[in-house]
Amino acid sequence: MIALLLRDLRLAIRAGGGFGLGLAFFLIVVVLVPFGVGPETELLSRIAPGILWVASLLAALLSLDRIFALDYEDGSLALLATSPLPLEGAAMVKALAHWITTGLPLTLAAPTLGFLLSLAPEAYTYLLISLLIGTPALSMIGTFGAALTVGLRRGGLLLSLLVLPLYVPTLIFGAEAVRRGADGLDPTGALMLMAGITAGSFALLPFATAAVLRINLR
Amino acid sequence: MLTVQNLTCARGGVPVLAGVSFAVNAGNALILRGPNGVGKTTLLRTLAGLQPAVVGDASYPEDEGAYASHADGIKTALTVTENLKFWAEVHGAPLPESIFETFDLADLRDRLGGTLSAGQKRRLGLARLGVIGRKVLFLDEPTVSLDGFSVKLFADWLQNTHLAAGGVAIIATHIDLGLAAPELDLTPFKAAEGAGGGSDEAFL
Repeated sequence: MIALLLRDLRLAIRAGGGFGLGLAFFLIVVVLVPFGVGPETELLSRIAPGILWVASLLAALLSLDRIFALDYEDGSLALLATSPLPLEGAAMVKALAHWITTGLPLTLAAPTLGFLLSLAPEAYTYLLISLLIGTPALSMIGTFGAALTVGLRRGGLLLSLLVLPLYVPTLIFGAEAVRRGADGLDPTGALMLMAGITAGSFALLPFATAAVLRINLR
Repeated sequence: MLTVQNLTCARGGVPVLAGVSFAVNAGNALILRGPNGVGKTTLLRTLAGLQPAVVGDASYPEDEGAYASHADGIKTALTVTENLKFWAEVHGAPLPESIFETFDLADLRDRLGGTLSAGQKRRLGLARLGVIGRKVLFLDEPTVSLDGFSVKLFADWLQNTHLAAGGVAIIATHIDLGLAAPELDLTPFKAAEGAGGGSDEAFL
């Protein structure tokens, strides 16, 4: 499994677009908001948690369709399916690789962008924590969506339609945790619920992903 | 080592082959013949476990099957060595140095997969079979885009290394590999129209 993780990371770095693309997209979306909304710091700081979270969802979505598509096209997926590596494990590793190349850089870049949106100083800790807990769920749910649409022509668009509604709970609790942090309230409840979603998706979705891949490989 | 009994396999819900039965002992190969579209690829994919059989079953030692098709699973951004090393690690096998000589890849070790020619890629794809240490190989047109010399390299490896060590190979091919192996013509097993009952019918 470690071999697969290292290979995926190496491919993401070498092929380009893995680390950089999602992060650059995140930066641009967040930078565009003040231009659109106008230079009202009060308004910006109020909508900052929501903007940061929506932008991370979209950035995570950007590279989802490549999780399985490339392996499907060059035949590696069929070879992986007949290898001793369980497909469930491969699905989890793929999600992890996607998180390391997308979710983790987003999380680390978010505080800088929070500053740009004049996010309340109390909220930074919770922004980091909520993204750290929440983005792995985005990767895992997205991996499941990618498995559903693997082998489809122009599956990327369908993938967005399938996956975005599934991101709603993470978005609600993520943005809520940051907002409560900014208002000086206790965000533990929202964080716990989000951690539950992440844990649940990592417990269940690898099996669903593997089942869907087996059907798509037939 | 490999026993196939009364196997019916389907493609897209339509049975293409019915009642296929054969057995192959350790150290032997079997060459599948038949016109295009008769179901050679479908049979090999069914045997490899990539799709379920409609009826019948195939048995061979668990976790010993390996499938190889036109798609070699080569990553264009990885070097030849890295490609092979990955498959060796996935299968928990060491990467033998001799494999580069066997498949004439010694000069290409550090070349990126994307810069290889079609024939060189094919050799790399076949070298994977020598790395993963699986006993039962299902090979779908293994010699496509190989030149005569490389075909001979591959046939030699198959005969002197894989089969000599007690392996089994089921090969779908149109050319003469120069192997002393029995041939099985699949044309007689062609499923009659509407026969066999695909899984789709079972749901209706």
